[in-house]
Amino acid sequence: MKAVVTVIGQDRTGIIAKVSGVLYAHEANILDITQTVLRDGIFTMIMLVDLDKCTVPFPAFKEALAACAEELGMEIQVQREEIFHSMHRI
Amino acid sequence: MSINTREILQTIDMIKNQCLDIRTITMGISLRDCATGDAVSTRQRIKEKICRKAENLVAVGEQIESEFGIPIVNKRISVSPISIIAESCGVTDYAPFAVTLDEAAKEVGVDFIGGFSALVQKGMTDGDRNFLLSIPEALDRTQLVCSSVNVATTRAGINMDAVALMGRMVKETAQRTADRDGIGAAKLVVFANAVEDNPFMAGAFHGMGEGECVVSVGVSGPGVVSAAISDMKGEPFDKIAETIKKTAFNITRMGELVAREASRRLGVEFGIVDLSLAPTPAQGDSVAHILEAMGLERTGTHGTTAALALLNDAVKKGGIMASSHVGGLSGAFIPVSEDAGMIDAARAGALHLDKLEAMTCVCSVGLDMIALPGDTPAETISAIIADEMAIGMVNCKTTAVRVIPVPGKTVGDEVSFGGLLGTAPIMAYNTCSSADFVARGGRIPAPVHAQRN
Repeated sequence: MKAVVTVIGQDRTGIIAKVSGVLYAHEANILDITQTVLRDGIFTMIMLVDLDKCTVPFPAFKEALAACAEELGMEIQVQREEIFHSMHRI
Repeated sequence: MSINTREILQTIDMIKNQCLDIRTITMGISLRDCATGDAVSTRQRIKEKICRKAENLVAVGEQIESEFGIPIVNKRISVSPISIIAESCGVTDYAPFAVTLDEAAKEVGVDFIGGFSALVQKGMTDGDRNFLLSIPEALDRTQLVCSSVNVATTRAGINMDAVALMGRMVKETAQRTADRDGIGAAKLVVFANAVEDNPFMAGAFHGMGEGECVVSVGVSGPGVVSAAISDMKGEPFDKIAETIKKTAFNITRMGELVAREASRRLGVEFGIVDLSLAPTPAQGDSVAHILEAMGLERTGTHGTTAALALLNDAVKKGGIMASSHVGGLSGAFIPVSEDAGMIDAARAGALHLDKLEAMTCVCSVGLDMIALPGDTPAETISAIIADEMAIGMVNCKTTAVRVIPVPGKTVGDEVSFGGLLGTAPIMAYNTCSSADFVARGGRIPAPVHAQRN
């Protein structure tokens, strides 16, 4: 399963380190990554990850990211990639 | 990444800030093989079959919600019309069948179950008549059961005997649930041209032409459409229509994905996607606000019908290409109590029953979730139903009436049903009598354009 991880919030140090740390700990492989900081200091990162070798079921992986989001004070979503394809591609 | 950042953020914004959601995953279950001719064993079979078929419905819904990050507000069941399934039992009281449906729904954990229904557009069998008379008690004794009665079609005309009876049943249902502000009537809908694959309540039932078990999805998303056109001030209607079409396409594609995924995981045939714009009382989830974003000070003012016609048509055009099977009602809903903008318009005195009736000519479905004074005569409710059925019959479209004559309340009061059913100011009706009209009975013949063969 491929999923899109979206991280949005006030910019600070260590965001990528923390999030990728969670991914690494669960053997979620990062396939693609884009990241920008908007002019008003809002950090936005979108990662495409492969969860085929993920060590825990999807709900537990989601919880791990939610815990990370709380620690960082940011919003983190993880959603199966298909939803974006179906909405935006014919 | 083949999907770009803007598209991903747009989807997330739609879900988080514009109330985009799947309103319902509805499993349609045929009960045709449950009829034994004996009431007790038929009810046993009905319960057993519903519990077996829908065992995993809620769990699968929650799984999809979690994995795709899209809220699925309700999980529901629709069943074959109970009037037909139970008729061979020879009972006069059908309410125990509603209790069975309620028990089954609670056991599998769904939000609603529809199909306590009858199809009497041309005539009523003895069983149908008893069934209709059982509706008030059925809705009083249950919490999750929804009831619908089809009293007219374009091909058959309007069964005015059934219309007269249903006016009485709506009133009696409200009175029997007076301690809950007449909420029973909020789960009872009278139809013209009812569709067999509607996933939305209160009108969902599993049609007699449907298969063993199907799963259908009803999307929502008025907030997304509203947001899309809110910054198009002064643009011509062509551009508004184009934007609504594109947005409806996005929304419906998501519904199609969820329907296919639910169908695969449940091992049940994919039914349809109903692309209706279904509002909720939540801020930012209003169909009325879309109409107001087109330039109307309040929904209900002059121009409202035209705005709604454009919206309804553009939603269909955008949605149809997004799904291989579009069905159900698929248009825009205008329930008064369930739409923050409608509630405000009614409170401000801008929206009246007559305008709502006009609006139903150009949208799906009809006079929906309208609170009337508790002293509204049953004949007046029947006449309201007759008018709405005539609109459906003549325009070859589905129309419906779901009105609640709220016991003890009058114009100027408000009623709150809670949850998705929302809040409604009590609306005035025309106090001139329709009693002699309704008392005639018989059938209003089908219109000439029904003769298509």
